Amino acid sequence: MELMSGNEAIAQGAWEAGARIGVAYPGTPSTETLEAFAEKEGVYAEWCVNEKVAVEVGIGASAAGARVLATMKHVGVNVAADPLFTAAYTGVGGGLVVLAADDPGMYSSQNEQDSHYYARAAHIPLLDPADSAEALAFTRDAFELSERFDVPFFVRSSVRVSHTKTPVECGPRVEVPLKAYEKDPGKWVMMPAFAKPRRKVQLSRIEDLRAWVEDCPFNRVEQRGSAAGVVCAGAAYQHVVEALPDASVFKLGCTWPLPAQALRAFADSVDALYVVEEASEYLTEGVRALGIDVAEFAAPLPQDGELSPGLIRAAFGLETPAHAVAPENLPSRPPALCPGCPHRLVFKELTRLKAIVTGDIGCYTLGALPPLSAMDTCVDMGASVSMAHGFELALEGTEHRPVVAVIGDSTFAHSGLSSLISTVYNRGSGTVCVLDNRTTAMTGRQGNPFNGETLQKRPSRELDLEGVVRSLGVEDVRTIDPHDALAVRRALKDATSSDELSVLVFRSPCVLLERTRKPAFEVTGDCTACGVCPTLGCPAIAKDAETGCADIDPDLCIGCGQCAQYCAFGAIVQPEPAAKGGSHE
Amino acid sequence: MSSTTTVLLCGVGGQGTILAADVLARTALAAGSLVKLSEIHGMAQRGGAVTTVVRFGDEVPSMVCDPGCADCVVSFETTEALRNLPFLKQGGYLLSADEAIKPLPVATGRAVMPAGARETLTAAGATLIPAGELARAAGSAKSTNVVLLGALSTRLPFAAEAWEQVIADRVPPKTVEANLAAFRAGRAFALDASGAEADKEVRS
Repeated sequence: MELMSGNEAIAQGAWEAGARIGVAYPGTPSTETLEAFAEKEGVYAEWCVNEKVAVEVGIGASAAGARVLATMKHVGVNVAADPLFTAAYTGVGGGLVVLAADDPGMYSSQNEQDSHYYARAAHIPLLDPADSAEALAFTRDAFELSERFDVPFFVRSSVRVSHTKTPVECGPRVEVPLKAYEKDPGKWVMMPAFAKPRRKVQLSRIEDLRAWVEDCPFNRVEQRGSAAGVVCAGAAYQHVVEALPDASVFKLGCTWPLPAQALRAFADSVDALYVVEEASEYLTEGVRALGIDVAEFAAPLPQDGELSPGLIRAAFGLETPAHAVAPENLPSRPPALCPGCPHRLVFKELTRLKAIVTGDIGCYTLGALPPLSAMDTCVDMGASVSMAHGFELALEGTEHRPVVAVIGDSTFAHSGLSSLISTVYNRGSGTVCVLDNRTTAMTGRQGNPFNGETLQKRPSRELDLEGVVRSLGVEDVRTIDPHDALAVRRALKDATSSDELSVLVFRSPCVLLERTRKPAFEVTGDCTACGVCPTLGCPAIAKDAETGCADIDPDLCIGCGQCAQYCAFGAIVQPEPAAKGGSHE
Repeated sequence: MSSTTTVLLCGVGGQGTILAADVLARTALAAGSLVKLSEIHGMAQRGGAVTTVVRFGDEVPSMVCDPGCADCVVSFETTEALRNLPFLKQGGYLLSADEAIKPLPVATGRAVMPAGARETLTAAGATLIPAGELARAAGSAKSTNVVLLGALSTRLPFAAEAWEQVIADRVPPKTVEANLAAFRAGRAFALDASGAEADKEVRS
């Protein structure tokens, strides 16, 4: 037995099924899946610039006859939805399996949408593993099913499946030869003339899937008491078994399509049928639509966030264990930009500038939190650039604060580029800051086109970010060292005081890439407790509760010298060697 | 599911809770238990509060820990120990590194550290362990997490050798000796502490 996360198990399952190609854009909680797949023998894996591209590469490779794994987080499915809906018409060549990793509870996401709805809307069957062993088996079997029904298959996980390690039994790889590709426009050219007949194919396939799912080996009934029966899937199933040991359970492994007859028979076998699901009404609606009465809980189950056995017991009116309460008024401990983070001074200066800052998705979203509090919006990947254009349009002709978009290098490649092209095309103004820290930091430092690193360390080419932006027609493009406070200030002031569209590239590697440390800075007796340096939000700097003076934690400080540039009294010094604050290699 | 043991590890992102949980889970697996280890990745890891749950036993359905359900709460920091106090089962084992790390709202003067954290924890039955100090004495400040495992090991049904085997397998090769020394230091400290506790009970 091996201890594997759900993500590692999905990679293993794909490998055992003979998948040759893996494609993805990183996103929590899906990221480690393709990283684990990439390390296996006999496979090709790549980071794509976004999920839509990943799925399209996947459809191409599948059409050409290879088994393909595509992985993404739930909001990535939105980006990939366009090709996915039509892939459910074309069907596949080699098996195509798409991981949609949901984040109920929003540990690292901007929403907690439920990917089940995509399965129903796009008519793509969805398998719902509840632990790593199922994640492996379901993924492995999904490839053969994908070919048998000629349709992509979803495997859906959540944080507690993807990031829970449970024991699994691994098997050998089955080598699956490429299926021969033959030109077939009726299957692959989805223009109206061909798509209409293909839609009929889809409808007849749905009937086949509905028949298959009635005896599908991934669904099972655990008959215990007859008083209560619970329909559930995924991580919620594990919580139900723990919370309600006497209840009968219909454990769904395939949640689209639903097994209508089997569910009705289960409902007949119990006095009351309940549906337990996380942050969604997908299953409840689906079961009700089959004409089955779904019983109300004694107390409502939370409609948002993650479930737990205790929450389920409370919903059934059962007792939960007594426990201590935490002391009141404990300070919160939100995540923060790391000491030495190259994003910090850009946000500090944007605050000074009183700019309207449209933000984006990445570590730098932390710039929205106090004390920097330097972000006005964050919606989705690439939205910083397009929303800034929207702000400019609406505020045109009014006295308004400068509008500045802030976006990371990987997010810029993901979808910021198309937003910028649109702004240029429409003669938009404003300032776009690309925080180029040479990596996709938040998800664990993956490669992207602007650092030129590929998933399997194959040779690549590092895209020239400034060159790309200039070629789009942006004339004011500058490169700035984000550790140099004055340079950051000047560049932002210049860019925002002109009517021209400006792109500022702040380039310095993420501190977690190189992990180099210089001697820690110290605060001397010259500190006047002015309170400026703590406003940088560096975890290494604390304000003494009594004196108000700054204090630098030598274990956390990496010697970047950002803070010393903000000390008007020269009270922040680096003991030795005699290095100057602000110099940063 | 009384055969299930639940250990909640908590601390500050970057302190090594994930490695500690991994060693615990593999030690339990080697002893023939079913195991689930649930961790959180992504944004929370950037210096935020983190919790990792390890559950093992004959049957382990859920991978999360509800309030009042942790047999052991192991905290890498005293404020996080206080925050996670509600998860401790009544009569459970509360172990905390005797170290306080100021979160950003405190460092920037917008919040204050809890008054009397050590006293509150002690009143709740906590074993406070100078984990950082013991780790440094054992050869590496980074093995604070393994000191805590050493102390935790005194409350779990696995032999010291089994723990040490997993530690040797899972830590970087160059740090094996320091980590084993850290494990033994933590274990010795907890055995002394529980011995002293027992002595006190005998005397009173």
